[in-house]
Amino acid sequence: MRIEPLGDSALIVRVVDEFALDPDASLSAVLAALRALEAAAIPGVIELAPAYTTVAMFFDPARVAPDEIGQPPFDSLRNKIESLLNRGPVDRKPKGESAAIEVPVCYEGEFAPDLAEVARHAGLSEDEVLRRHSSASYRVTCVGFTPGFPFLSGLPSELATPRRAMPRKEIPAGAVGIGGAQTGIYPRKSPGGWNLIGRTPLRLFDVQREQPALFQAGDRVRLRKISREEFDSLSR
Amino acid sequence: MNALVRSAGFLTSVQDLGRPGYRQSGVSAGGALDSFALRVANALIGNEDNAAGLEATLGTLRLCFNDERVVAWCGGGFTARIGDEKLPPGHAGLVAQGQELVLTAPEKGARAWLAISGGINVPLVLGSRSTDLRGNFGGLEGRTLRDGDRLPLGDDGGSEIAALWGSRKIAKWTAPNPWVATTRRAPFLRIVQGPEWNRFTADAQTALLKTAFAVTPDSDRMGARLEGPSLNRADTRDLLSEAVAPGTLQVPPNGQPILLLGDCQTIGGYPKIAHVITVDLPIAAQLWPGDLVRFSEVSLADAQELVREREENYARFRVGLSLHRS
Repeated sequence: MRIEPLGDSALIVRVVDEFALDPDASLSAVLAALRALEAAAIPGVIELAPAYTTVAMFFDPARVAPDEIGQPPFDSLRNKIESLLNRGPVDRKPKGESAAIEVPVCYEGEFAPDLAEVARHAGLSEDEVLRRHSSASYRVTCVGFTPGFPFLSGLPSELATPRRAMPRKEIPAGAVGIGGAQTGIYPRKSPGGWNLIGRTPLRLFDVQREQPALFQAGDRVRLRKISREEFDSLSR
Repeated sequence: MNALVRSAGFLTSVQDLGRPGYRQSGVSAGGALDSFALRVANALIGNEDNAAGLEATLGTLRLCFNDERVVAWCGGGFTARIGDEKLPPGHAGLVAQGQELVLTAPEKGARAWLAISGGINVPLVLGSRSTDLRGNFGGLEGRTLRDGDRLPLGDDGGSEIAALWGSRKIAKWTAPNPWVATTRRAPFLRIVQGPEWNRFTADAQTALLKTAFAVTPDSDRMGARLEGPSLNRADTRDLLSEAVAPGTLQVPPNGQPILLLGDCQTIGGYPKIAHVITVDLPIAAQLWPGDLVRFSEVSLADAQELVREREENYARFRVGLSLHRS
C-alpha cells in the first residue's frame, strides 16, 4: 500500500500494486479499504472515491485535526490511514456483497452497429460474440467518465476490440460498448469511441433516486440477452 | 419573489459551493469555479456561505427583482452598476424593486460571482443547487440562464442589512482586495508535484516551471487547455484511471497539459504532472483563451498551511462583519 498526495486537498491510497494480475481480488481489497475508511469517519474528510486499485480521499486541509506532533494534514492523514488499513490483513471476504445486478441487453439491429467489427476482430461469428458477451460475469471497476458510467472488467479476452479511430459525436443512452479490454454502458447521450454492440432499457443514472447511479464500484453484473420486443416493453 | 433575467449574457449559471459526496457515482463536485469568491460575496450580504448565487462568464448580465434585494459580487474585472451607480467588487449594494443590476463584460478576467440576499432558491438536487452542465441537472432546469428566465429567490430580502448604511445605497465595508478582485495578468500559479511527476523527463519538469503556457479556445468549466512546450514522458506505460481533482494538471499523449477546473470528470487516465494549489484556484478560474500562465513550485505543507491561514482570515472576516451589523 502506498499513499500519495493528489494536490493539497486530496490523496490517493494505492491499495494493490497490479490490477491485471487478479482484478477480482484487487477490487475486493479496494472495497474493503473503502469500507474501513468510511467507517473511520476521519474528521475533515469530505468523500472517498474508489477506482481499480485505488481509493481517493478528498478532504479540507483546514479541518483535518492536527495530530500530537503537529504534522501537516497530509502526513497526519497518511498515518491515520496506514494504521487503519494495516491493522491486520484487510478483510477480503465478500462480506455484505449483494447478488449480481442483472442488466437486460438487446443486441439486435440498430443497437449493434459495431457487432460485425467486433466479430471480425475476434475471428468469431456474430452469434458467438453475443453468446460470450452475455454469458460472462462482470464487475464494476469504477464509475465515471459521465455520471453513472460503469467500467466493467470480466470481458472475455477474445472480445477485446480497440476503440474506434473516430469517436462518435453522439451515442444514445443505454448503449453497451466494448473499449479495449473493458465493456461499459453509456448512461446518457454522449460522445464516445467504444464499439457498440447492444442497448439496455435500464436507467443507469437518475438524480431523483437517493442513490443516483445504478452501479457502484465492486458491484457484480450479469448481462441478459433480450429480444427487441422485450426491450420495447421494458422501455415503456 | 424572484429575479427577472433581462439579459443572461454569454454563459451564466446558478452555482453554490458544489455537490460533494457523489464522486462514487461519477458526479463531479462542481459548484462555483471560485468557491471562495462566492463565499465572500455571500458573507458581505449576510447570506450563508453556501447560498446559491450566479456565476457570470464574460457579460452582459442584466437582472431586476420584484422586491428589494442586497447584492455583492467578486471575481474578474467586470463593471457592475445598480441603476446609474457603480457597484465595486466586494461591496454590498441595495437594489430597489424594479431597479436594474448590470454586470458588464470584464476588461480582464472571465468570471464573476454574484450573491443575492436570500439566495437563489432553486430545488436541491443531490444536496446542491449548483448547475451540473455536463449532467444537465441542478440549477435552473440543469442549464445556463436564458433571457427572460425567472429565478426564485429566498425570503430574506436583506433590507435589515441595508438599513445599517444610513442613506447610502452601497455599504462601505469590504473584504480584502485579493479576495474580491482575482484577475492577475500572466499569473504565476503555484503547484505541488503530482503522482506522476517522476514519469516525465527532466526537460518536461523544467519546461513546466520555466515557460509560459497559453490558454487555448477549447477551455471551459471542465478545464483550461494549455499550449506550450511538449511535456514528454520518460515512462510511457499506460495508467489505470483514478481520481482527479480541480487543480490537477494532466498531460494527454500530445504533451499539452490540461488544467482541470470544478466541473472536471471524477476520474482520468492521463498522467498528473502537478496540481495547482487550492488558494490559487481563484486565479485559475479567471483564465481565458489567449491568456498566459506560468507555474512555480511550493511544498505540500506550505500549500496546506495557506488553506488553513485563509480559513482563519475568513473566519475573522465573518466575525468582523457581524460586529459591523450588531
